[in-house]
Amino acid sequence: MRKKFLAGIAVMAAATLAMTGCASGSTTAPTSAAGSTSAAAEDVTLEFAQWWEPELPANALRGLMDQFEKENPGIKVKLISGPYASTKEQVVAGAAAGTMSDVVGLDGAWVNDFVKQGSLANLSELMKAASFDESQLAAQVQLDGSTWMIPVANFVYPMFVNDDLLKKAGVAAVPTNRTEFTAAAAALTKLGNNIAGWVLPLDSSAPNGIQNDVMSWVWSSGGSMLKDGKPYLTGNADVKSAMEFIKGLYDAGSIAKGSFTMKEQDKVNEFTNGRVGMMIDSLAHVNLIREQNKDLKFQVAAIPSVDGYSGKRGMPYASWGIGVAANSKHQAEAFKLVSFLMGKDVNATLCNSAHAFPGNAQSVPDFVNSDPIFKQAFEIYQAGAPTNEFTGLPVAEDLMRSFDEQFQKYLAGKQSADDALAAAQKAWDAAFAG
Amino acid sequence: MSTTTLPARAKRTGPGGRRVQATGGKKGLVKALVPFGYLSPTVVLLTVLMVIPIVMVIGYSLMDNVIMKKNPQFVGFKHYSDILASDSFWTAVTNTLFFTGVSVVAHLVLGLAFAMMLNTELLGHRVKAIFRTIYVLPWLFTVAIIAVLWRLLLEPNGVINYLLTASHLAGSQIEWLGSPDTALLAVTFINIWSGYPFYMTSLLAGLQGIPADYYEAAQVDGASAWQRFTRITLPQLKPIIISMALLDFIWTTQQFALIWMTTGGGPLGTTEMLSTFTYKLAFTKYQFGTASAAAVIVLVISMVLAFFYVRAQKARD
Repeated sequence: MRKKFLAGIAVMAAATLAMTGCASGSTTAPTSAAGSTSAAAEDVTLEFAQWWEPELPANALRGLMDQFEKENPGIKVKLISGPYASTKEQVVAGAAAGTMSDVVGLDGAWVNDFVKQGSLANLSELMKAASFDESQLAAQVQLDGSTWMIPVANFVYPMFVNDDLLKKAGVAAVPTNRTEFTAAAAALTKLGNNIAGWVLPLDSSAPNGIQNDVMSWVWSSGGSMLKDGKPYLTGNADVKSAMEFIKGLYDAGSIAKGSFTMKEQDKVNEFTNGRVGMMIDSLAHVNLIREQNKDLKFQVAAIPSVDGYSGKRGMPYASWGIGVAANSKHQAEAFKLVSFLMGKDVNATLCNSAHAFPGNAQSVPDFVNSDPIFKQAFEIYQAGAPTNEFTGLPVAEDLMRSFDEQFQKYLAGKQSADDALAAAQKAWDAAFAG
Repeated sequence: MSTTTLPARAKRTGPGGRRVQATGGKKGLVKALVPFGYLSPTVVLLTVLMVIPIVMVIGYSLMDNVIMKKNPQFVGFKHYSDILASDSFWTAVTNTLFFTGVSVVAHLVLGLAFAMMLNTELLGHRVKAIFRTIYVLPWLFTVAIIAVLWRLLLEPNGVINYLLTASHLAGSQIEWLGSPDTALLAVTFINIWSGYPFYMTSLLAGLQGIPADYYEAAQVDGASAWQRFTRITLPQLKPIIISMALLDFIWTTQQFALIWMTTGGGPLGTTEMLSTFTYKLAFTKYQFGTASAAAVIVLVISMVLAFFYVRAQKARD
């Protein structure tokens, strides 16, 4: 009896070990159980970790995966979906443990660190091996001459304008330069009733406000925060000018209150609820705004530039990028999935669902022609230059955060613009030195 | 206080016991291993889920470029000295101490006050049941819900500001979470709100366990309400209070989600805690060695507090 009991305990212990062991098992596994036919044993299951599925209409991504599986017998795709932040943590931890998913959704801001970590496969080599036509790609994120990420869908960040509020404030036209913007923001704020001209999210837990809402003013006037790929903040007149411009708006009370801990979602809420006249935001939020406030009349426009600027206007963008794990045992199959998603028609379908601009240069999603706001945005996109200087930089999010800290101090009047730039430069230099 | 007498059979068959020695052989060994068999699932789980990760983190804290590079370098206690020399770390320590200290004291005071209100004989059972439900509500929400709820309430256009301006208690919108002057107080308040029901329910159980005879005897002796509170209620609740305060101290020093979702450690670092400081080191700077060192420092602080907790528990037993 006791022997049986002991045996039972041993089995339990073994099962516990096996369970915990399974948690860090390999990323790919045959789809069929041991002992099945040899053909089935050759099946490959690719794990695809991304944050896209929750942001797309139900079954949009799964439907494409089903199509891929149908076109590629023997390859199955398991979607590992989660929010943006947890996908990043998962990729970092997975890369360290050698359990990274075969195909991963990437943000350009992560690429440099993951390449340094050695967790991404060289896509240039995979493209060559698969004889993939690179000319169809709108962009590639490269480091040291090799491609590590391909942008699948691009979300540009134009300026959103509340037409009704602008009209009420007596602003005849959408501002195109900083002087007009300052005047419009002041007029909107004068409306009272807690309405503000502009909204600026600077929360340090997600400091992408620095990229989208601060540096966008630099890029829209042809400026840059880099020189020869290195940080260029101290003595940078373009960045200083943008900072002083924002500080002017801040001191005039034209920016919605709560900036220092405001998140992107709060920004969208403020605009959607008609409490803010203008914001710089992703086109991905157009449908959300429409759903939440059907009566809101708004349009999109290019981000205003410095007065008298006539060059191409940079417009921030964020991408749903894709890469292949260096630890994947099925890199060729993984790249098949990448090339499937980058195909002209599939890419158009995906971008249509996401309301994003395509990563395939030849794709034209339907919404670009059928929806006036997106049509307008597409024209701005084509007339300007999609710019995101944080893409491919080391510890990009930390660069935004360190700039954010200094910028907040500057806005709060605790230091000058020059001191803020010098402190941020020091932090950025240290980050680049690694 | 109480003693347990083991059955004679168990005494004889325990590991290393006389009977085992007397019997010897394979059968005796099997019997000696039985207790370890019982323990094995727990031991395995503790080893896999606690011992190994802790040892790994301690190991990481002594290495440079760990996780991010395949061949990390051993750097000894460099990360510890870097952290201890960092102003940001000491800001985080100061904020954590304020946040934790004020939270624990307020949790205790509020929890005790509400528990005593719910224990009073002046109110009927139905009224007490209603209030018990209302008071315990904050405890039922997850941290994410609490963070979103209070962000909405405290935002410049939120309900709190509306009430304050409408009642002329404030001249303009107050940036509760966005201003360096009020952010730490605001997150501490949110934490107090979300945590007092834990004290309340535990202290209420403690209050209900105090024999009524004590109060009756004190009343006969002419003790005032305050004297009854300080001489009977508090001494009787002391073991519970000490245990809960220590547990609360440990939990609150590790509070991450609430801070991250409300202020992210800002504005201007005024709500930066040890937890957010460590997280940023790991997941935005990718300095896993330094982050591990910070985590080990938090672990040591928690272990000191846990030591006092265990000692309080032993004294109580």
